[in-house]
Amino acid sequence: MPQRAASAQVAAAVADAHRTQWAFVLAATIRVSGDIDTAEEAVQDAYASALETWGARGIPDKPGAWLTTSARRRALDMHRRAATARRALPRLIDPNAIDPESATFAADGADDIRDDRLRLIFTCCHPALDLDAQVALTLRLICGLSTADVARAFLVPEPTMAARITRAKKKIQGAGIPYRVPDGAELDERVNGVVGVVYLVYTTGHTAPSGDSLMRRDLAARGYELARMLRELMPTDPAVAGLLALILLTDARRNARLDNDGGLALLSDQDRSRWDSRAIQEGAELVRESLSTRSPHRFSLMAAIAAVHDESPSWSQTDWEEILGLYDLLAETWTSPVVQLNRAIALGFARGFAEGLVVLDELGADPRLARYPYLASSRADFLARLGRTADARVAYEEALALTDNDAERAFLERRLAGIAR
Amino acid sequence: MSKYLILIFQNEATTRQADGESISTSYQDFMQRRAESLLGGAALEASSTATSIRRDGSGGFTVTDGPFAESKEALGGYYLIEAADLDEAMQIAKEVPAGAGVEVRPVRVVSP
Repeated sequence: MPQRAASAQVAAAVADAHRTQWAFVLAATIRVSGDIDTAEEAVQDAYASALETWGARGIPDKPGAWLTTSARRRALDMHRRAATARRALPRLIDPNAIDPESATFAADGADDIRDDRLRLIFTCCHPALDLDAQVALTLRLICGLSTADVARAFLVPEPTMAARITRAKKKIQGAGIPYRVPDGAELDERVNGVVGVVYLVYTTGHTAPSGDSLMRRDLAARGYELARMLRELMPTDPAVAGLLALILLTDARRNARLDNDGGLALLSDQDRSRWDSRAIQEGAELVRESLSTRSPHRFSLMAAIAAVHDESPSWSQTDWEEILGLYDLLAETWTSPVVQLNRAIALGFARGFAEGLVVLDELGADPRLARYPYLASSRADFLARLGRTADARVAYEEALALTDNDAERAFLERRLAGIAR
Repeated sequence: MSKYLILIFQNEATTRQADGESISTSYQDFMQRRAESLLGGAALEASSTATSIRRDGSGGFTVTDGPFAESKEALGGYYLIEAADLDEAMQIAKEVPAGAGVEVRPVRVVSP
């Protein structure tokens, strides 16, 4: 029998279970409730009662199992009470398939639970939902973030985010979006959607600090945790391996991204001893694994590029030919002007800045890049390296006019001042 | 099983010039292949033959010559289908050999 636990300890255990077990508990509860809203309410109640019960009776050995049992009981109670009033409510799963006895955790095999989490992920990231809604649902239902936190992360008012989430849940029920893991030919396409959503969560957090930077950092961490969860649930999927590799290899440089004054540090200026060598090693292994398929996912190729940088002992020793080759492969699978821009930069470093500048100037005609500050700042950099200072100054001023991110503006202003001298 | 309505939209300017015979063959193939899911459907005459009737708010009607909403792609036909869920409905919808594309709408379930 566990001892009574101190309240600080209990609060920490509940917070930890919230962070690590939310998707597991919610997915297992939806199996019983058959609908998302009832399950969410039941799971919230279970976490609230954990604070009290764990304080009195001690923290259970398996908090996730305790919370699941508690939430499932609560969901069943809610259903019994509402049975008559809500008989006509549409369900995610056939209510006849629900066995009240399965409210006890021990009745499920490990596979059921694993599939339940995957089912929930594929439902949140269904292509019939707007991408914004997919991201919001993933953060709300898989990560257990409050609507207020999701709203803050995406810099929208809370009522707007609440309406977005409510609309998405209504569409899931009303349009009959299934609660299942797709199979066969459909699976690859749907996994592609899921990894895209997770990467968007990560990059939204990883983008140079603006607004609420603590919230942003948390979002990047959530993206990383989601990628970890996907890897655990789909250990052989190459796109998932590529996603986790890309996040690991990008995040490995996190501590070196800002210089001592809090300004943005370019890859060329970063203190490489501050990079996370364990993350780089794991990421590089995942890259090798995910590249062994016939047509690698774009995240695997992006991760491979990140790995070349991460494994290079210094900026001057960067293998630009290797990077250029990877960008050529990436451009084959992904026709994005931003890929073309990055390829042109690699070309400049591999074969000469004049050659790179020719391609950058060509890209300037692409209307999709017209308001993209990195094109202007890359041109400015190449012009400065070629000694064309006046042109470089104009390009830096153009880049400054296009970005409203404080850290990036400060960086560009320093560069501009550097030329003027 | 749920019911879904597949609304078929076409760019009338280009569809009218197309070879009518070949279009109807591809629709016949689709209808044979998906016979078990199809509950009904029809092709519509051009939107230039449409008549819209709006309530004027004081008990009367305003009649206008043309479709309810003017757009480049006009409603050209529909299928009423039965499917297990949205995934199956979308699968069937993608097989409709329509010009511009289709819209899939669940049919509301009205409780008895």
